[in-house]
Amino acid sequence: MNEALLRGLTPSVLTVLVRRGADFAAAEDAVQDALVEAVRVWPTDPPRDPKGWLVTVAWRRFLDARRADTARRRREDLIEEEPAPGPAPAADDTLQLYFLCAHPSLTPSSAVALTLRAVGGLTTRQIARAYLVPEATMAQRISRAKRAVSGVRLDRHGDVATVLRVLYLVFNEGYSTDADVDLTAEAIRLTRQLAAVIDHPEVVGLLALMLLHHARRAARTGPDGGLVPLAEQDRSRWDTELITEGIGILQTALARDRLGEFQAQAAIAALHADAPTAEETDWVQIVEWYDELVRLTDSPVVRLNRAVAVGEADGARAGLARLAELDDTLPRHTAVAAYLHERDGDLETAARLYAEAAGKAANLAERDHLTRQAARLNARRRQ
Amino acid sequence: MAKYLLLKHYRGAPAPVNDVPMDQWTPEEVSDHIRYMNDFADRLKETGEFVDGQALAPEGSFVRYDGEGRPPVTDGPFAETKDLIAGWMIIDVDSHERAVELAGELSAAPGAGGKPIHEWLELRPFLGEAPTITE
Repeated sequence: MNEALLRGLTPSVLTVLVRRGADFAAAEDAVQDALVEAVRVWPTDPPRDPKGWLVTVAWRRFLDARRADTARRRREDLIEEEPAPGPAPAADDTLQLYFLCAHPSLTPSSAVALTLRAVGGLTTRQIARAYLVPEATMAQRISRAKRAVSGVRLDRHGDVATVLRVLYLVFNEGYSTDADVDLTAEAIRLTRQLAAVIDHPEVVGLLALMLLHHARRAARTGPDGGLVPLAEQDRSRWDTELITEGIGILQTALARDRLGEFQAQAAIAALHADAPTAEETDWVQIVEWYDELVRLTDSPVVRLNRAVAVGEADGARAGLARLAELDDTLPRHTAVAAYLHERDGDLETAARLYAEAAGKAANLAERDHLTRQAARLNARRRQ
Repeated sequence: MAKYLLLKHYRGAPAPVNDVPMDQWTPEEVSDHIRYMNDFADRLKETGEFVDGQALAPEGSFVRYDGEGRPPVTDGPFAETKDLIAGWMIIDVDSHERAVELAGELSAAPGAGGKPIHEWLELRPFLGEAPTITE
């Protein structure tokens, strides 16, 4: 039994049912029933058209369920309404499901959970484990999400940006958690799928960004599990195939001249990935891309990152000058200040700021890394 | 999608507004208080924001390693002087604002006279949330 095949078919089967008028939650139940049936039947009796088979079985299950609790006349109406069999275009189906799962009426965590469940085909238990919450909690989150979108019609497309935000959230979560489901790989798989059904430069921009980050994954952590900063990473451990693919996708997207946030971020990631050594990084071009990002987002976090890039391109003093223009309560402001002061040769200030930044870090890997930086500088000063 | 620990203190926190010890309440007031806490947890289970929660016994002790082959050293309890934690709840919410909102709601549990206790709850974020990917 090919689990990947089943998972790949799930979203389009689900969309067919929803489009035929099934309530989202009921449709999902029916599709699950059909999947169970497929696992039982297919090994001995494989269908010629797996998707058609699943749609037929799921729709029959949905009708059975409706028959059980609706009036006779209603039931007859439904059966009369049943559209003629025949596959709807799979691509468009899946796309609409993406929009449904990222509907603006959902909170980010609900949208993420529903996307992993409905589009990704993950089980509730797998999603719960990935997010380190009890299965019952995740089940509630998903069923609330289903209820929230139960009245939403699948007749037009929503905002692509919302879908991309949800996929990026999944990807980011995969960076920090280490569960049996690799959310990073899952985010890439779903974004690839989305890119196959929608023609949008930001979709491929996000895909390129994910691939370029993912390519450096093995080098990001040391043998002790600690964070290894970009400049110190062993570049031979970067996945050159993913880098080549990411850069290729990015170039095609950029050529269309519809720049967006994800393409600009991917361009920065590409410049890092392209440098044979940290010293050969093209910081001048990176600063230019940060300028684009500032223009596109006007985000203080982007300005903070830009200060780092300026520090590399024009020297630590220039970076500190940019930093001084920013609100010092920004997350990571202190860590950036520590880094730039070290580059400027002021080890005492740098050590103090590293320790302060460690106290403010939002995750363990970062806190440990900053604590080690402070300890390293203090040890050097004692020598 | 960030986890927070809500800590309820016996002592150690600033004094609540409605500061009457629980054993001075009427039995109904105690029941109402407990029902409020249970309803709160049930609502969070409903919204998919509940992770776990337990009440703790007031007595506890400090334990320390005392060298190879020796039993651990224990000390305490320090019931008179030390901060004590009465119970905890872990929630998993979309934002810090939501966590503050929920902690505020829990702090409104009714106490003496059926009025909210306005007790101080400690709200601590878990480390380990997803970093934003910037390098």
